[in-house]
Amino acid sequence: MDGYYAWMLVATAFVLMMTTPALALFYGGMTRAKSVLNMMMMSYIALAIVGIIWVLWGWSMSFGPDDGTFFSNPFTLFGLKDVSTDTYISVMFQLTFAAITAALISGAIADRVKLSAWIVFLPFWVTLSYFPLAHMVFSCSEDALICTKIGAQDYAGGTAVHINAGMAGLVLALIIGKRVGFKRDPMRPHSLPLTMIGAGLLWVGWYGFNVGSIVFGDDWTTAKGAAANMAQFYSETGRTFANTTVATMAALLAWLLIERLLHGKATTLGAASGIVAGLVAITPACGAVDLVGAIAIGAIAGAVCAWAVGLKYKFNLDDSLDVVGVHLVGGIVGTVLIGLFSTSAGAGGINGLFYGGGFGSLGDQTLGALTAIAWSGFFTAIIAFAIKYTIGWRIDEEDEVEGIDFTEHGESAYDFVSLSGGSLTGAPTVAAQSDAESRGVNA
Amino acid sequence: MKLVTAVIKPHKWEEVRAALETFGVTGMTVSEVSGYGRQKGHTEVYRGAEYDIALVPKIRIEIIVDDADVEDVAGIVVKAAQTGRIGDGKVWVSPVESVVRVRTGDKDEAAI
Repeated sequence: MDGYYAWMLVATAFVLMMTTPALALFYGGMTRAKSVLNMMMMSYIALAIVGIIWVLWGWSMSFGPDDGTFFSNPFTLFGLKDVSTDTYISVMFQLTFAAITAALISGAIADRVKLSAWIVFLPFWVTLSYFPLAHMVFSCSEDALICTKIGAQDYAGGTAVHINAGMAGLVLALIIGKRVGFKRDPMRPHSLPLTMIGAGLLWVGWYGFNVGSIVFGDDWTTAKGAAANMAQFYSETGRTFANTTVATMAALLAWLLIERLLHGKATTLGAASGIVAGLVAITPACGAVDLVGAIAIGAIAGAVCAWAVGLKYKFNLDDSLDVVGVHLVGGIVGTVLIGLFSTSAGAGGINGLFYGGGFGSLGDQTLGALTAIAWSGFFTAIIAFAIKYTIGWRIDEEDEVEGIDFTEHGESAYDFVSLSGGSLTGAPTVAAQSDAESRGVNA
Repeated sequence: MKLVTAVIKPHKWEEVRAALETFGVTGMTVSEVSGYGRQKGHTEVYRGAEYDIALVPKIRIEIIVDDADVEDVAGIVVKAAQTGRIGDGKVWVSPVESVVRVRTGDKDEAAI
């Protein structure tokens, strides 16, 4: 128990790091230089707002005692009333999950959304979409829909986190609309080193996310139960840690391979994207599969996501940083493939199709994924339309072209125009900038 | 007096500077510029999306020289900046009517 408690303190801080700064860096590097600050702020703001709402009514609604199929009573434990500080670390661990799920969405709507609209969106979205799905998936209470009634396995949040965020990103990108100049102007990433650092930090933080998601099967208060729990702690954390590692490696390689075949070059952005796709896909599966299953899931996710990120141009959907292609697609791949690769030696004790368990698990997993898609899609659409027809989502078109960093925050990320002190080679030039601006492009 | 202007590849800048210094050129103005000639730009691919990058980064060097030194200075720049590949740049010479050294007020040849 002591070891577990110490680990959870570390794991919680790790997952906090995933939102700030890891995700902020990963996304920030992919935007143009004129909107990196806004992109990073969306993650920081998401953490601050969702975190406070989580302790007010989020924990009660997701993990509170008055149980329902879709959510618990948000008022029973309002403000953590009657919650012992002994269990606060569990509350904080789950807080970081709520925060990063909301922050993930921001990549789909980069460069163009009012800060005020994002601030209004967050409380409604976590209340209507995240808290209920966290209850259905993570609480595993008697009536919880996805975990108990459907019986789908989701170790750390393929459905509640990644399908949820990915689907919300899809709906928002559709309702909010495209950036000015989408498909016409070059919108290449302004700093891939930031993205590489972000992806690496996400990978490290993800060990807190996945390995920290262990749920014990026995009663700690009896000697026998405690011994069983410690045995589970040793074997299960080893499994989830190793699976998280190899799946991510396989996804990185698979993404590069697909890129090399389709576009001729293996890129750093592909490596960073492969890392995240692999982590997303192994999130629900890390407790259920063996090493072969983990490598297979990672490789499939890396390849499928590398292909899926190109679809937005065909559908004319400006999912700016591929939240759909990576999180929705990766989340579905990981959740559904549990139905094939799950082994009874794993945390859920269920055999998938390839391990002699028949189609039962595959059906449960698919139904679990579809439930998350439908729930998130429906409630995100309601909130998105409500904001669209009241305060509005978009900044002015002129402001968007000039750059949201300056128009929304009054800042610039980089001092491009200093007349001295820059290095002779490597730094973007004043001439290049003004030339790009005169073409309505930010280089 | 003449103005020698050279647009060269950025990685050739150190060699050109060293060669000019050896010859005795004591000052020059250097700027980072972008442009393209026959080299054109190149294509970059990010998550499957292809971008044509039209402008290529270059270094522009400007040197004012005595008429007698023009051929030598231009020749030194060409020799030092040459790789033989497309995109090496250009060197051109234009006439200069007058020059003033700001510190002293010296004019023309005395100001170079």
